[in-house]
Amino acid sequence: MEQARKARRSFMGKALAMGAGAIAAGQATRARAAEGDPAILELPEHTRGLGRPVAERPYGLPSQWEANLQRRESPGLTRVPQASVSFTPLQGLFGIITPSGLHFERHHQGWWDIDPSKHRLMVHGLVKRSRVFTMDELMRLPSVSRIHFIECGANSAPEWGNVALPTVQYTHGMVSCSEFTGVLLSTLLDMCGIDRKTAKFVLAEGADGSSMTRTIAIERALDDCIVAWGMNGEMLRPENGYPLRLVVPGVQGVSWVKYLRRIEVGDQKWATKDEAVHYIDLMPDGTHRQYTGIQECKSVITTPSGGQMLLDKGFYNVSGLAWSGRGRIQRVDVSVDGGRNWRTARLEGPVLDKALARFNIDWVWDGKPAILQSRAIDSTGYVQPKINQLRAVRGTRSIYHQNAIQSWRVAESGEVFNVQVY
Amino acid sequence: MTRRFIFAALVLAAGGAFAQSKPWDHIGREATPAEIKAWDIDVRPDFKGLPKGSGSVALGEKVWEAQCASCHGSFGESNEVFTPIVGGTTKADIETGRVKNLVLGSNFPQRTTLMKVATVSTLWDYINRAMPWNAPKTLKTDEVYGVLAYILNMGDIVPADFTLSDQNIAEVQKRMPNRNGMAFHEPLWKADGKGDVKNVACMKDCPTEAQVRSSLPDFARDAHGNILEQNRVVGPVRGADTTKPPVKAPLGSAPRPAAVVAAAAPLPAAGGVDVKALLAANGCTACHGVSNKIVGPGFTEILARHKGRADLESYLTQKIRNGGSGVFGAVPMPPQPQLKEGDAQAIARWIAAGPR
Repeated sequence: MEQARKARRSFMGKALAMGAGAIAAGQATRARAAEGDPAILELPEHTRGLGRPVAERPYGLPSQWEANLQRRESPGLTRVPQASVSFTPLQGLFGIITPSGLHFERHHQGWWDIDPSKHRLMVHGLVKRSRVFTMDELMRLPSVSRIHFIECGANSAPEWGNVALPTVQYTHGMVSCSEFTGVLLSTLLDMCGIDRKTAKFVLAEGADGSSMTRTIAIERALDDCIVAWGMNGEMLRPENGYPLRLVVPGVQGVSWVKYLRRIEVGDQKWATKDEAVHYIDLMPDGTHRQYTGIQECKSVITTPSGGQMLLDKGFYNVSGLAWSGRGRIQRVDVSVDGGRNWRTARLEGPVLDKALARFNIDWVWDGKPAILQSRAIDSTGYVQPKINQLRAVRGTRSIYHQNAIQSWRVAESGEVFNVQVY
Repeated sequence: MTRRFIFAALVLAAGGAFAQSKPWDHIGREATPAEIKAWDIDVRPDFKGLPKGSGSVALGEKVWEAQCASCHGSFGESNEVFTPIVGGTTKADIETGRVKNLVLGSNFPQRTTLMKVATVSTLWDYINRAMPWNAPKTLKTDEVYGVLAYILNMGDIVPADFTLSDQNIAEVQKRMPNRNGMAFHEPLWKADGKGDVKNVACMKDCPTEAQVRSSLPDFARDAHGNILEQNRVVGPVRGADTTKPPVKAPLGSAPRPAAVVAAAAPLPAAGGVDVKALLAANGCTACHGVSNKIVGPGFTEILARHKGRADLESYLTQKIRNGGSGVFGAVPMPPQPQLKEGDAQAIARWIAAGPR
């Protein structure tokens, strides 16, 4: 947390709090000014002086006023920061792209900033020609650029049993969406002469301390998997796998192996630790579902949402996100009365396959209590379920695949609370 | 004779055509057998990839106490740092291959590794690739066999005098407590699978009680920090000040809380080492609190124990890097080879100065 703050906000000081206080004070003064708004009548400093020079910041940073939007940890979630999560501040984002510096993190044995000249990718196994590629070589290959969401399988996990978290940052913040650029995995497999008769699965392996491995179905590997170096128009961030990672659209984030170093083509599943000890779903009968990588359709309202306060009665553009690992979002409905009545929201566009979609809808708040919910439907016709419907099938101990309708209660005070409603 | 040459030429031409089917096909180079061997460390449930070797429970115990117990406890039972490895399984489970404590209704409070894992190959593979946690891939093959044998013995899967090897591991597989506890659910493996949880997109007068069934208690309001400082200072909403009780009065009847921008944590003195960051980055805080014991003693407890030493700083520096045991309880501290001398010294100096 301290490190992230310093890296992102090293230019800040406590004076900012006073400055922000001045905003509020200014607002209070506005109503009393007989001749007009002081923000207009009194020319501000930025109108009466010379601004800052070019290249003062060779890499542009967010405004100092945006410092509140940061990745954050959920206190007590894990004991060691190298095997933990930082959550994306969904409550403050717009559109469908997550800024690279706010993309959620999930590490099992910490992250590294790897010298790209020393990184290698090996492809071997049931192929005619086992190959080694340098980063230089991979980046010469024909590339694709696609926008996809990535979601940790455990996103919203603490809410399986009951409300545990205050805001959307912590309930849903293990999802992000980026444009990824790289070479299709199918291109590499073809270059190596994959044996299509016997090849059934590939194993992806990372170069970090845990050398994370995951089994991927050959149909997925040959369909839309990308061996990616680019993210939102620049190289991947180190926390997101620089210089190379696997993109497995629609599949749990744990399969998107970071610091990708090896692809092995095989004819059996590997039952790796992260598909045999974790990322297995405990059912009421005591069995675990295994190899459940697909992320089902889900949505959440991000504004107004938990921990926020409405400033006034009247019109609000209720806004949120929807996504499906099986395809694109077809429709999102919104309820303001806890699910009794629904209206269909606008989809802002673009609406892409296995990417976040942004929806919004008009709402006029009359100052009375309300319960806001969104419900997404994807291109397969699947309708996002209520939490009680999920529990009826899977119990409360599944951990993963918590894609329930999210409820936010708006109190008369204007404060919004996380609740479970059905 | 001529016909044979013509045929050979055709074969070569066909091969050439295939080899040049894409202009980028020449990029990259052949992997050498030594390279593949260096990286191809995975072990499958059918034990493809498992190296030859063996290790006894006794060897495993020795390695365990030196390298594993600080996080996992002497008997694999600890939940201080990671979820526990051992516990929750019974002899009956070993017979049936199903863990009774995983069935809904059990009041066993944990889900240990041995309760969940169905395939012993998973454990071999993971110990080899990822352990010890702060120095992965440093165990020798026989040490991996030994550590795994020790874990299996603690779970009563193998006896205390057992030696695990590539020759007998398949027999051990037949005794894994949860070996029959995995279900393949194809609809969540296939991208075009059908969901098993159904909902209907009702639009009007839908049958729901719309009851609030669960909410966050007020005392947990600021467990994630002040939400006022986690929302933007401009726009249609502000963060609620969760350091105060929720406002009860309707909107408009109480003053609006002022928005604030979170101040950055103060930077360490110029040129100084940020010891707190060092402690976090090296995983120290997983075992040591500032003043409280977690797995090992708190830092103030360490200072209290050694306060009189003239060589305190250098003593602590070498203890931090080399590990040790016997000073505080039975759990040894593993060596920290990844820690630079200068960094260990900075931590030692910070402890000696009275940590806070």
